[in-house]
Amino acid sequence: MSNPLVDMQKPEVIFCIGTNMTECHPVAATGLKKAIARGAKLIVADPRRIGLAELSHLYLPLRVGSDTALLLGMAHVIAREGLINEDFIENRTTGFDEFFEHISQWTPEWAETITGVPAKDIETAAMWYGGADKGAIYYTLGITEHICGVENVQSLCNLALMTGNVGREGTGINPMRGQNNIQGAGDSGALPNNYPGFQAVTDPAYQAKFKAEYGRAVDLEKGITKVTALELCGDSIHAMLIDGENTLLSDPDREHCEHALRSLAHLVVIDIFLTETAELADIVLPATAWGETDGVCTNTERRVQRMRAAVPPPGEAKPDWWIICQIAQRLGFEGFDFNAPKPIFNELCRVSPIYAGLDWERIDKSEYQWPVPHKEHPGTPRLHEESFVNGRGIFSNVHYRDPAETISDDFPVWLTTGRRLQSYHTRTQTGRAEGIDYLLSEESLEVNPADLEKWELTDGEWCKMSSARGSINIKVKATNRSPRGTVFASFSFADVPVNLLTGSGYDPITHTAELKVCPVRLEPL
Amino acid sequence: MRHKIEIDGVEVTFSENETILEVAQRHEKEIPTLCYDPRLEPFGGCRLCIVELEGARNPVASCTTKATPGMVVRTATDTIEAYRKTLLEMVISENREVDVSPLRGYAAGELADLRDKYAINGNCMTGAKSGTNKTDENPFILRDYELCISCYRCVRVCAEQEGDHAINIMNRGFHTQITTEFDGLLKDSACTFCGQCIQTCPTGALADKKALRAADEVADAIPDKTRTICPYCGVGCSVDILTKNEKIVGIHPAMDGPANQGALCVKGQFAYDFVQHSDRLKTPLIRGDDGELHEATWEDALDKAAEGFRQVNAEHGRHSIYGIASGRAPSEAAYLMQKFIRVGFGTNYIDNCSRA
Repeated sequence: MSNPLVDMQKPEVIFCIGTNMTECHPVAATGLKKAIARGAKLIVADPRRIGLAELSHLYLPLRVGSDTALLLGMAHVIAREGLINEDFIENRTTGFDEFFEHISQWTPEWAETITGVPAKDIETAAMWYGGADKGAIYYTLGITEHICGVENVQSLCNLALMTGNVGREGTGINPMRGQNNIQGAGDSGALPNNYPGFQAVTDPAYQAKFKAEYGRAVDLEKGITKVTALELCGDSIHAMLIDGENTLLSDPDREHCEHALRSLAHLVVIDIFLTETAELADIVLPATAWGETDGVCTNTERRVQRMRAAVPPPGEAKPDWWIICQIAQRLGFEGFDFNAPKPIFNELCRVSPIYAGLDWERIDKSEYQWPVPHKEHPGTPRLHEESFVNGRGIFSNVHYRDPAETISDDFPVWLTTGRRLQSYHTRTQTGRAEGIDYLLSEESLEVNPADLEKWELTDGEWCKMSSARGSINIKVKATNRSPRGTVFASFSFADVPVNLLTGSGYDPITHTAELKVCPVRLEPL
Repeated sequence: MRHKIEIDGVEVTFSENETILEVAQRHEKEIPTLCYDPRLEPFGGCRLCIVELEGARNPVASCTTKATPGMVVRTATDTIEAYRKTLLEMVISENREVDVSPLRGYAAGELADLRDKYAINGNCMTGAKSGTNKTDENPFILRDYELCISCYRCVRVCAEQEGDHAINIMNRGFHTQITTEFDGLLKDSACTFCGQCIQTCPTGALADKKALRAADEVADAIPDKTRTICPYCGVGCSVDILTKNEKIVGIHPAMDGPANQGALCVKGQFAYDFVQHSDRLKTPLIRGDDGELHEATWEDALDKAAEGFRQVNAEHGRHSIYGIASGRAPSEAAYLMQKFIRVGFGTNYIDNCSRA
């Protein structure tokens, strides 16, 4: 997030797109509700009539996968109505003239034909966001889990740049991260393109820096993404070390994924449960869990915070860092003789400029939002206040693209996937928490009541749902949360493996899977 | 311009819009409260925070009275303290019990603490008890309204903090009752089971049913608390893990947590017992010749894990090995995962689970 969570209460206009915040980030959503109570206007764009839509002043029910078109239409109106921030564009950005030219063709009327959202509502959204002194954008995986995830994010950046809604209180572009330390995993360099602290592997200077640090020159070429690695399993990838991910259930196209992991010569999984993924491993190593492990994590607003052990682990479970060190030592790798998390975190801080001012002692006493460039630095709650890291903000002349697969006679229904409030991911944790079943005991497919008859389905009965990749059986639930022609299910329940169906495509740059769009066919059982 | 008021004979400064209570608390004056939660709008219902204000005919509630320049405030005169004691005695007289398990909730001991502070022993007032318990099958929130003192903190936290408006007030006076729409179950209301009502309740009337399962173990002792960060989404809420005899017995939200300021959701509040679940992996496992996973020693498992990477590296080269780091484990794990791949094989064949 460019802005801190507390800023959520400050904007005049809040634009939420592709984020089911009341269910997936409920505590963040409380800030949003307070902003509304104080008079902020909320615009929500989402294919489903989610909880946020009920709270909104303007709801834009766009067709799944049509976000870029909606955002181009909004940019067109903002430019047409002269709601641009000329000072900001002049002093902080580049490429506006070309962008201005580019968006002149993408009228709200055109956007209506793609998104299904009435042109006048697109205009209203643009007028509200563009007219606000403080406008903030919040988004989640509904923006990124598309083949055009990059264009979607760039489109949001365009809106913020043209209106100058960046670098000030109550503004910004704010992705909500989904896991307790997904930000920290990226910060720590567990990425194929970056060393720790987002230092590019393709930059020879960083290669030299880490050669000095690690005693070995690492490839100057980017590595492959997890998606590509899974595709190459058994072909050129033959061994994997997976730490704490239930890849099989969380990733798209489960059958392909299972085949990939089975074709490895060597699979080592570190986890706290024998997950569906661990069941495929050659070696399973038991890790300590949350509440048993000392360490550091980073939240969605870049806040680096300390996690602490409260109870001893069961049996012989060991911290992840210890397990990795032990394997590395047996392979004769240098630099793995750690006996506690403290020196590991301190090493991460030493090699990572965004953490340079941090160390275990500072994090033990307080918390800081990175970048923290030196020891006296208080942290950076708000990014881009004076300037952008790369100089000027760049307008992107994006084009709308259809999803990888679109509905057809064979697969006439849009399926979109996500999470629910009461379950988390593949339920390895919430599925084992007593009481959660009382609130949510099984998965069901959310279908608009008016579609039931058309598709010969019955509320509460099972149906067969098929995509180009496979079929699953799932119970039908009639609800107006789903629009006509679009259905929803979460991927949380192992007995309803929705990710058998998904996996139609990936964003070519980020390799993020298009988990939000999958044409399906529904048949009564 | 610096605003000043006098509190108990000492001149102190205050800022715009500060209440007398807030100013007094900043200067470490102990003014008792029951209906006050600093996260909520002042309510002025319990009247315990009354203070003497020079020039005012009657005592004023310090939580709802804004400081204005020149005020002269006395926070603990004999008269005021006598009022407070009487008020407390009346409140206590309506309740079934005052001493409750600390597992009931973060603030559950507030009434008992005040009773002790004002040395109320026994009860000089006897009479009818107020509040009727609500049988609610839900596994998380006990609705023990015989302990309710009608401070409405639960109703206000649900509305103001959560924005859910799931609970409200039914009837008036002695018959006041906290309830949901149509007096039904919480499950059938707008309740999201975030647990904020149980954590703000000053008497334990709304209580953490799940934590109370360990009530016998914990008895009267305060469980140990360990400050950490919630294991679920990326908001990064601060929580205190409550433990007793090496067992996690409950979760309290951290009221000073920078990301959550005391708020939690149903997962962070109640879905903690996966940690000590019997399904946890307790020993390493190695796949045997029979194709099954078998328990093994760390020595054997680590040797085999390392050997497999050595063999694949020798046979297929360094670009045949891939690492996937966790978005759930601490950063030390992710850092070492990337270091393992980069130091060990000189490649960037490392990713985390952010792409799906």
